[in-house]
Amino acid sequence: MSRPEIIASDATPRPAWQMYRAMVGTGIFCALLIVAVFLYTLPVIERNRAAALEKAVLEVLPGATRFRRYDLEQPVYAAFDAGGELAGIALEAQRMGYQDTIRILYGYDPARQAVVGMQVLESRETPGLGDKIEKDPVFVDNFTALDVRLAADGTQLANPIVLVKPGQKTRPWQIDAISGATISSQAIADMLRDSTVRWVPLLWGMRSEFSADEEAGDER
Amino acid sequence: MNAEQGNTPTADDFLKGLWRENPVFVYLLGMCPVLAVTNSAINGLSMGLATLFVLTLSNTLVSVLRNIIPREVRIATFILIIATFVTVVDYLIQAISLELHKSLGAFISLIVVNCLILGRAEAFASRNGPARALLDGLGMGLGFTLALLCMGGVRELLGNGSLFGVAVLPAQFQPWIVMILPGGGFFTLGVLLLLINAAKARRQARAQTLEGAS
Repeated sequence: MSRPEIIASDATPRPAWQMYRAMVGTGIFCALLIVAVFLYTLPVIERNRAAALEKAVLEVLPGATRFRRYDLEQPVYAAFDAGGELAGIALEAQRMGYQDTIRILYGYDPARQAVVGMQVLESRETPGLGDKIEKDPVFVDNFTALDVRLAADGTQLANPIVLVKPGQKTRPWQIDAISGATISSQAIADMLRDSTVRWVPLLWGMRSEFSADEEAGDER
Repeated sequence: MNAEQGNTPTADDFLKGLWRENPVFVYLLGMCPVLAVTNSAINGLSMGLATLFVLTLSNTLVSVLRNIIPREVRIATFILIIATFVTVVDYLIQAISLELHKSLGAFISLIVVNCLILGRAEAFASRNGPARALLDGLGMGLGFTLALLCMGGVRELLGNGSLFGVAVLPAQFQPWIVMILPGGGFFTLGVLLLLINAAKARRQARAQTLEGAS
Protein backbone atom coordinates (compact mmCIF):
# COMPACT_ATOMS: atom_id res chain seq x y z
CA MET A 1 0.00 0.00 0.00
CA SER A 2 2.06 2.88 -1.25
CA ARG A 3 -0.48 5.57 -0.61
CA PRO A 4 -3.83 5.73 1.18
CA GLU A 5 -5.97 5.62 -1.93
CA ILE A 6 -9.32 7.09 -1.18
CA ILE A 7 -9.02 9.66 1.53
CA ALA A 8 -5.85 11.17 0.24
CA SER A 9 -6.74 11.04 -3.44
CA ASP A 10 -7.63 14.25 -5.20
CA ALA A 11 -11.10 15.46 -5.76
CA THR A 12 -12.60 12.92 -8.14
CA PRO A 13 -16.20 12.47 -6.92
CA ARG A 14 -16.94 9.03 -5.54
CA PRO A 15 -20.02 7.05 -6.49
CA ALA A 16 -22.78 7.50 -3.97
CA TRP A 17 -22.86 3.83 -2.95
CA GLN A 18 -19.36 4.11 -1.57
CA MET A 19 -20.48 6.86 0.75
CA TYR A 20 -23.50 4.83 1.81
CA ARG A 21 -21.30 1.84 2.38
CA ALA A 22 -18.89 3.79 4.56
CA MET A 23 -21.50 5.57 6.64
CA VAL A 24 -24.04 2.78 7.00
CA GLY A 25 -21.31 0.21 7.66
CA THR A 26 -19.67 2.38 10.31
CA GLY A 27 -23.07 3.22 11.76
CA ILE A 28 -24.07 -0.42 12.16
CA PHE A 29 -20.74 -1.36 13.66
CA CYS A 30 -20.92 1.55 16.11
CA ALA A 31 -24.51 0.76 17.07
CA LEU A 32 -23.64 -2.85 17.82
CA LEU A 33 -20.64 -1.80 19.87
CA ILE A 34 -22.68 0.65 21.94
CA VAL A 35 -25.45 -1.87 22.58
CA ALA A 36 -22.93 -4.51 23.61
CA VAL A 37 -21.21 -2.19 26.06
CA PHE A 38 -24.55 -0.92 27.38
CA LEU A 39 -25.81 -4.44 28.05
CA TYR A 40 -22.53 -5.42 29.63
CA THR A 41 -22.31 -2.41 31.98
CA LEU A 42 -26.01 -2.03 32.84
CA PRO A 43 -26.10 -4.52 35.74
CA VAL A 44 -22.92 -3.04 37.20
CA ILE A 45 -24.24 0.50 36.93
CA GLU A 46 -27.52 -0.47 38.56
CA ARG A 47 -25.68 -2.20 41.35
CA ASN A 48 -23.61 0.97 41.87
CA ARG A 49 -26.75 3.10 41.98
CA ALA A 50 -28.45 0.80 44.47
CA ALA A 51 -25.32 0.73 46.63
CA ALA A 52 -25.07 4.53 46.56
CA LEU A 53 -28.72 4.85 47.56
CA GLU A 54 -28.39 2.28 50.32
CA LYS A 55 -25.34 4.03 51.72
CA ALA A 56 -27.14 7.39 51.61
CA VAL A 57 -30.29 6.08 53.34
CA LEU A 58 -28.36 4.43 56.14
CA GLU A 59 -26.25 7.54 56.53
CA VAL A 60 -29.13 10.02 56.91
CA LEU A 61 -30.83 7.82 59.50
CA PRO A 62 -28.38 7.07 62.30
CA GLY A 63 -29.00 3.69 63.86
CA ALA A 64 -30.77 2.21 60.85
CA THR A 65 -29.53 -1.13 59.60
CA ARG A 66 -31.96 -1.95 56.79
CA PHE A 67 -34.72 -0.26 54.93
CA ARG A 68 -37.62 -0.82 52.63
CA ARG A 69 -38.99 1.23 49.80
CA TYR A 70 -42.59 2.41 49.81
CA ASP A 71 -43.95 3.90 46.60
CA LEU A 72 -46.18 6.73 47.66
CA GLU A 73 -46.44 9.82 45.46
CA GLN A 74 -42.68 9.68 45.54
CA PRO A 75 -40.60 6.77 46.80
CA VAL A 76 -39.90 6.94 50.51
CA TYR A 77 -37.51 4.67 52.34
CA ALA A 78 -38.57 3.49 55.76
CA ALA A 79 -35.53 2.38 57.71
CA PHE A 80 -35.42 0.12 60.74
CA ASP A 81 -32.88 -0.47 63.46
CA ALA A 82 -31.52 -3.83 64.46
CA GLY A 83 -34.57 -4.55 66.61
CA GLY A 84 -37.01 -3.93 63.77
CA GLU A 85 -38.17 -0.60 65.19
CA LEU A 86 -38.75 2.30 62.80
CA ALA A 87 -35.56 4.37 62.83
CA GLY A 88 -36.92 6.96 60.46
CA ILE A 89 -37.98 7.67 56.93
CA ALA A 90 -35.69 8.91 54.18
CA LEU A 91 -36.91 10.79 51.15
CA GLU A 92 -35.60 12.81 48.30
CA ALA A 93 -36.03 16.50 47.64
CA GLN A 94 -34.76 18.63 44.81
CA ARG A 95 -34.59 22.21 43.67
CA MET A 96 -32.63 24.42 41.35
CA GLY A 97 -29.34 25.50 42.87
CA TYR A 98 -26.79 27.95 41.52
CA GLN A 99 -25.69 25.87 38.53
CA ASP A 100 -28.13 23.02 38.18
CA THR A 101 -30.71 21.05 40.09
CA ILE A 102 -29.52 19.89 43.49
CA ARG A 103 -30.93 16.57 44.68
CA ILE A 104 -30.71 15.60 48.33
CA LEU A 105 -31.86 12.74 50.51
CA TYR A 106 -32.89 13.55 54.06
CA GLY A 107 -33.96 11.46 56.99
CA TYR A 108 -37.01 12.24 59.15
CA ASP A 109 -37.27 10.64 62.55
CA PRO A 110 -40.90 10.65 63.79
CA ALA A 111 -39.83 9.73 67.32
CA ARG A 112 -37.76 12.92 67.62
CA GLN A 113 -39.93 14.92 65.20
CA ALA A 114 -36.79 16.13 63.51
CA VAL A 115 -34.71 15.89 60.37
CA VAL A 116 -31.74 13.83 61.51
CA GLY A 117 -29.51 13.69 58.45
CA MET A 118 -29.00 15.04 54.96
CA GLN A 119 -26.92 13.85 52.01
CA VAL A 120 -26.41 15.58 48.70
CA LEU A 121 -27.10 13.06 45.94
CA GLU A 122 -26.45 15.26 42.96
CA SER A 123 -25.05 18.74 42.64
CA ARG A 124 -22.91 20.70 40.25
CA GLU A 125 -22.37 23.66 42.55
CA THR A 126 -19.25 25.78 42.24
CA PRO A 127 -16.24 23.94 43.65
CA GLY A 128 -14.85 25.76 46.66
CA LEU A 129 -18.04 27.74 47.29
CA GLY A 130 -21.37 26.07 46.58
CA ASP A 131 -20.08 22.54 47.02
CA LYS A 132 -19.57 23.30 50.71
CA ILE A 133 -23.20 22.21 51.11
CA GLU A 134 -21.74 18.70 51.03
CA LYS A 135 -18.65 19.17 53.16
CA ASP A 136 -18.79 22.24 55.40
CA PRO A 137 -18.91 20.76 58.92
CA VAL A 138 -20.90 23.64 60.40
CA PHE A 139 -23.48 23.49 57.63
CA VAL A 140 -23.78 19.71 57.72
CA ASP A 141 -24.28 19.99 61.48
CA ASN A 142 -27.53 21.89 60.81
CA PHE A 143 -29.15 18.64 59.80
CA THR A 144 -28.40 16.42 62.75
CA ALA A 145 -31.43 17.66 64.74
CA LEU A 146 -33.49 20.06 62.66
CA ASP A 147 -36.83 20.54 64.32
CA VAL A 148 -39.91 19.81 62.18
CA ARG A 149 -42.38 19.45 65.03
CA LEU A 150 -46.07 19.38 64.10
CA ALA A 151 -48.40 22.07 65.34
CA ALA A 152 -51.08 21.13 67.87
CA ASP A 153 -53.67 20.27 65.21
CA GLY A 154 -51.28 17.78 63.63
CA THR A 155 -51.80 18.88 60.03
CA GLN A 156 -49.01 21.36 59.59
CA LEU A 157 -45.56 22.17 60.91
CA ALA A 158 -45.29 24.31 64.00
CA ASN A 159 -42.27 26.08 62.52
CA PRO A 160 -41.36 25.67 58.86
CA ILE A 161 -37.61 25.49 58.26
CA VAL A 162 -35.94 28.83 57.58
CA LEU A 163 -32.46 29.90 56.51
CA VAL A 164 -30.64 32.46 58.65
CA LYS A 165 -27.39 34.35 58.15
CA PRO A 166 -24.17 32.46 58.97
CA GLY A 167 -23.75 31.95 62.71
CA GLN A 168 -27.15 33.35 63.68
CA LYS A 169 -28.97 30.10 64.30
CA THR A 170 -30.84 30.38 67.61
CA ARG A 171 -33.81 28.04 67.09
CA PRO A 172 -33.76 24.34 66.26
CA TRP A 173 -35.73 24.86 63.02
CA GLN A 174 -33.26 27.36 61.59
CA ILE A 175 -30.43 26.58 59.19
CA ASP A 176 -27.17 28.52 59.28
CA ALA A 177 -26.26 29.62 55.76
CA ILE A 178 -22.72 29.18 54.43
CA SER A 179 -21.04 32.49 53.83
CA GLY A 180 -20.13 32.73 50.15
CA ALA A 181 -22.69 30.11 49.16
CA THR A 182 -25.96 31.81 49.98
CA ILE A 183 -27.79 30.62 46.87
CA SER A 184 -26.82 27.00 47.39
CA SER A 185 -27.71 27.17 51.10
CA GLN A 186 -31.01 28.83 50.24
CA ALA A 187 -31.79 26.08 47.74
CA ILE A 188 -31.20 23.40 50.38
CA ALA A 189 -33.31 25.24 52.95
CA ASP A 190 -36.14 25.83 50.45
CA MET A 191 -36.28 22.25 49.22
CA LEU A 192 -36.24 20.95 52.78
CA ARG A 193 -38.96 23.36 53.85
CA ASP A 194 -41.23 22.54 50.89
CA SER A 195 -40.69 18.83 51.24
CA THR A 196 -41.17 18.73 55.01
CA VAL A 197 -44.25 20.97 54.92
CA ARG A 198 -45.82 18.52 52.51
CA TRP A 199 -44.55 15.19 53.74
CA VAL A 200 -44.01 15.37 57.48
CA PRO A 201 -47.75 15.56 58.38
CA LEU A 202 -48.41 12.65 55.99
CA LEU A 203 -45.56 10.52 57.25
CA TRP A 204 -46.43 11.30 60.86
CA GLY A 205 -49.97 10.10 60.22
CA MET A 206 -48.83 6.82 58.75
CA ARG A 207 -45.81 6.21 60.97
CA SER A 208 -47.34 3.09 62.47
CA GLU A 209 -47.99 1.59 59.03
CA PHE A 210 -44.31 1.21 58.19
CA SER A 211 -43.15 -2.15 59.28
CA ALA A 212 -40.03 -4.20 58.93
CA ASP A 213 -42.06 -7.30 58.09
CA GLU A 214 -42.81 -8.60 54.66
CA GLU A 215 -46.41 -7.43 54.24
CA ALA A 216 -46.03 -4.30 52.15
CA GLY A 217 -43.49 -2.67 49.85
CA ASP A 218 -40.42 -4.19 48.28
CA GLU A 219 -37.67 -5.49 50.47
CA ARG A 220 -34.43 -3.76 49.61
CA MET B 1 4.52 13.89 5.47
CA ASN B 2 6.12 11.45 3.06
CA ALA B 3 3.65 8.73 2.09
CA GLU B 4 6.45 6.22 1.50
CA GLN B 5 7.36 6.01 5.19
CA GLY B 6 3.68 5.20 5.85
CA ASN B 7 3.81 1.79 7.42
CA THR B 8 6.74 1.29 9.72
CA PRO B 9 5.83 2.36 13.21
CA THR B 10 8.63 4.25 14.90
CA ALA B 11 9.29 5.18 18.49
CA ASP B 12 8.87 8.78 17.46
CA ASP B 13 5.20 8.20 16.61
CA PHE B 14 4.69 7.54 20.30
CA LEU B 15 7.20 9.92 21.83
CA LYS B 16 6.42 13.08 19.92
CA GLY B 17 3.07 13.55 21.70
CA LEU B 18 4.66 13.49 25.15
CA TRP B 19 6.69 16.64 24.84
CA ARG B 20 7.81 17.98 21.46
CA GLU B 21 4.30 18.02 20.01
CA ASN B 22 2.37 17.93 23.29
CA PRO B 23 -1.25 18.56 22.34
CA VAL B 24 -1.90 20.91 25.25
CA PHE B 25 1.33 22.78 25.81
CA VAL B 26 2.46 22.99 22.17
CA TYR B 27 -0.61 22.71 19.98
CA LEU B 28 -3.06 24.21 22.50
CA LEU B 29 -5.70 21.68 21.44
CA GLY B 30 -8.70 20.61 23.49
CA MET B 31 -8.69 23.65 25.77
CA CYS B 32 -12.25 23.10 26.99
CA PRO B 33 -11.53 20.05 29.17
CA VAL B 34 -8.05 21.38 29.95
CA LEU B 35 -9.51 24.45 31.62
CA ALA B 36 -12.78 23.06 32.91
CA VAL B 37 -12.18 19.73 34.61
CA THR B 38 -8.69 20.21 36.02
CA ASN B 39 -9.85 21.54 39.39
CA SER B 40 -8.41 18.47 41.07
CA ALA B 41 -5.65 16.03 40.22
CA ILE B 42 -7.97 13.05 40.12
CA ASN B 43 -10.38 14.81 37.76
CA GLY B 44 -7.54 15.82 35.46
CA LEU B 45 -6.12 12.31 35.48
CA SER B 46 -9.42 10.59 34.77
CA MET B 47 -10.38 13.03 32.04
CA GLY B 48 -6.95 12.48 30.49
CA LEU B 49 -7.32 8.70 30.63
CA ALA B 50 -10.83 8.86 29.14
CA THR B 51 -9.50 10.97 26.29
CA LEU B 52 -6.52 8.65 25.87
CA PHE B 53 -8.87 5.70 25.53
CA VAL B 54 -11.12 7.41 22.97
CA LEU B 55 -8.19 8.83 21.02
CA THR B 56 -6.33 5.53 20.76
CA LEU B 57 -9.35 3.50 19.68
CA SER B 58 -10.74 6.09 17.27
CA ASN B 59 -7.30 6.61 15.72
CA THR B 60 -6.92 2.89 15.17
CA LEU B 61 -10.39 2.39 13.73
CA VAL B 62 -10.13 5.43 11.47
CA SER B 63 -6.81 4.14 10.21
CA VAL B 64 -8.20 0.65 9.54
CA LEU B 65 -11.13 2.11 7.63
CA ARG B 66 -9.19 4.85 5.90
CA ASN B 67 -9.31 3.12 2.51
CA ILE B 68 -13.04 2.62 2.40
CA ILE B 69 -14.11 6.03 3.71
CA PRO B 70 -14.68 8.40 0.80
CA ARG B 71 -13.24 11.86 1.24
CA GLU B 72 -16.64 13.54 1.03
CA VAL B 73 -18.07 11.89 4.14
CA ARG B 74 -14.88 11.46 6.14
CA ILE B 75 -15.62 14.03 8.85
CA ALA B 76 -19.10 12.61 9.46
CA THR B 77 -17.68 9.11 9.71
CA PHE B 78 -14.88 10.19 12.04
CA ILE B 79 -17.36 11.91 14.33
CA LEU B 80 -19.55 8.80 14.33
CA ILE B 81 -16.60 6.66 15.35
CA ILE B 82 -15.46 9.12 18.00
CA ALA B 83 -18.97 9.52 19.43
CA THR B 84 -19.27 5.75 19.71
CA PHE B 85 -16.13 5.40 21.78
CA VAL B 86 -17.15 8.36 23.93
CA THR B 87 -20.46 6.65 24.69
CA VAL B 88 -18.56 3.48 25.54
CA VAL B 89 -16.31 5.43 27.92
CA ASP B 90 -19.34 7.09 29.48
CA TYR B 91 -20.87 3.71 30.37
CA LEU B 92 -17.56 2.31 31.54
CA ILE B 93 -16.95 5.24 33.88
CA GLN B 94 -20.44 4.89 35.33
CA ALA B 95 -19.70 1.23 35.91
CA ILE B 96 -16.34 1.97 37.51
CA SER B 97 -17.47 4.75 39.81
CA LEU B 98 -20.60 6.87 39.98
CA GLU B 99 -18.69 9.41 42.07
CA LEU B 100 -16.19 9.93 39.28
CA HIS B 101 -18.96 10.17 36.72
CA LYS B 102 -20.61 12.79 38.90
CA SER B 103 -17.52 14.93 39.17
CA LEU B 104 -16.64 14.78 35.45
CA GLY B 105 -20.25 15.61 34.69
CA ALA B 106 -21.01 16.93 31.25
CA PHE B 107 -17.41 16.87 30.15
CA ILE B 108 -17.36 13.19 29.27
CA SER B 109 -19.85 13.66 26.45
CA LEU B 110 -17.92 16.72 25.35
CA ILE B 111 -14.92 14.52 24.49
CA VAL B 112 -16.77 14.07 21.17
CA VAL B 113 -16.00 17.63 20.19
CA ASN B 114 -12.47 17.67 21.57
CA CYS B 115 -10.59 18.98 18.55
CA LEU B 116 -7.52 16.96 19.54
CA ILE B 117 -9.28 13.71 18.66
CA LEU B 118 -10.77 14.83 15.36
CA GLY B 119 -7.49 16.57 14.59
CA ARG B 120 -5.45 13.40 15.02
CA ALA B 121 -7.99 11.39 13.01
CA GLU B 122 -7.79 13.83 10.14
CA ALA B 123 -4.11 14.75 10.25
CA PHE B 124 -2.57 11.41 11.18
CA ALA B 125 -4.79 8.34 11.38
CA SER B 126 -6.43 8.85 7.97
CA ARG B 127 -2.99 8.97 6.33
CA ASN B 128 -1.09 6.25 8.15
CA GLY B 129 -1.32 2.55 8.96
CA PRO B 130 -3.10 1.23 12.07
CA ALA B 131 0.08 0.47 14.00
CA ARG B 132 1.38 4.00 13.63
CA ALA B 133 -2.05 5.48 14.32
CA LEU B 134 -2.29 3.42 17.50
CA LEU B 135 1.10 4.65 18.69
CA ASP B 136 0.21 8.21 17.77
CA GLY B 137 -3.02 7.94 19.72
CA LEU B 138 -1.28 6.48 22.77
CA GLY B 139 1.45 9.12 22.69
CA MET B 140 -0.84 12.08 22.15
CA GLY B 141 -3.31 10.75 24.71
CA LEU B 142 -0.57 10.27 27.26
CA GLY B 143 0.75 13.77 26.57
CA PHE B 144 -2.76 15.10 27.09
CA THR B 145 -3.14 13.11 30.31
CA LEU B 146 0.19 14.38 31.66
CA ALA B 147 -0.77 17.96 30.86
CA LEU B 148 -4.15 17.60 32.58
CA LEU B 149 -2.52 15.93 35.56
CA CYS B 150 -0.04 18.83 35.89
CA MET B 151 -2.84 21.38 35.71
CA GLY B 152 -5.05 19.47 38.13
CA GLY B 153 -2.17 18.89 40.54
CA VAL B 154 -1.14 22.53 40.66
CA ARG B 155 -4.70 23.76 40.99
CA GLU B 156 -5.70 21.28 43.68
CA LEU B 157 -2.52 21.93 45.64
CA LEU B 158 -2.94 25.71 45.67
CA GLY B 159 -6.72 25.83 45.69
CA ASN B 160 -7.42 23.14 48.24
CA GLY B 161 -4.07 22.37 49.90
CA SER B 162 -4.38 18.72 48.93
CA LEU B 163 -3.25 16.30 46.24
CA PHE B 164 -5.48 13.41 45.12
CA GLY B 165 -7.72 14.31 48.04
CA VAL B 166 -4.97 13.89 50.65
CA ALA B 167 -4.11 17.06 52.53
CA VAL B 168 -0.42 17.80 51.96
CA LEU B 169 -0.08 21.44 52.92
CA PRO B 170 -0.17 22.42 56.61
CA ALA B 171 -3.54 23.51 57.98
CA GLN B 172 -2.32 27.11 58.36
CA PHE B 173 -2.19 27.36 54.56
CA GLN B 174 -5.11 29.45 53.38
CA PRO B 175 -6.26 27.86 50.10
CA TRP B 176 -6.42 30.14 47.07
CA ILE B 177 -10.04 29.42 46.20
CA VAL B 178 -9.63 31.12 42.83
CA MET B 179 -7.37 28.29 41.68
CA ILE B 180 -10.22 25.77 41.61
CA LEU B 181 -12.62 28.24 40.00
CA PRO B 182 -12.53 28.63 36.21
CA GLY B 183 -10.22 31.63 36.43
CA GLY B 184 -7.56 29.50 38.10
CA GLY B 185 -7.50 27.27 35.03
CA PHE B 186 -6.46 30.20 32.87
CA PHE B 187 -3.83 31.35 35.38
CA THR B 188 -2.34 27.88 35.67
CA LEU B 189 -2.29 27.26 31.94
CA GLY B 190 -0.75 30.68 31.33
CA VAL B 191 2.00 30.18 33.90
CA LEU B 192 2.79 26.65 32.69
CA LEU B 193 2.99 27.85 29.07
CA LEU B 194 5.22 30.71 30.17
CA LEU B 195 7.61 28.33 31.92
CA ILE B 196 7.67 25.89 29.01
CA ASN B 197 8.26 28.59 26.43
CA ALA B 198 10.95 30.19 28.57
CA ALA B 199 12.72 26.83 28.88
CA LYS B 200 12.50 26.33 25.12
CA ALA B 201 13.75 29.82 24.33
CA ARG B 202 16.71 29.37 26.65
CA ARG B 203 17.60 26.04 25.07
CA GLN B 204 17.37 27.57 21.62
CA ALA B 205 19.52 30.52 22.60
CA ARG B 206 22.13 28.15 24.03
CA ALA B 207 22.12 26.11 20.84
CA GLN B 208 22.63 29.25 18.82
CA THR B 209 25.53 30.51 20.89
CA LEU B 210 27.16 27.08 20.59
CA GLU B 211 26.77 27.24 16.83
CA GLY B 212 28.11 30.78 16.77
CA ALA B 213 31.13 29.75 18.81
CA SER B 214 32.10 26.78 16.65
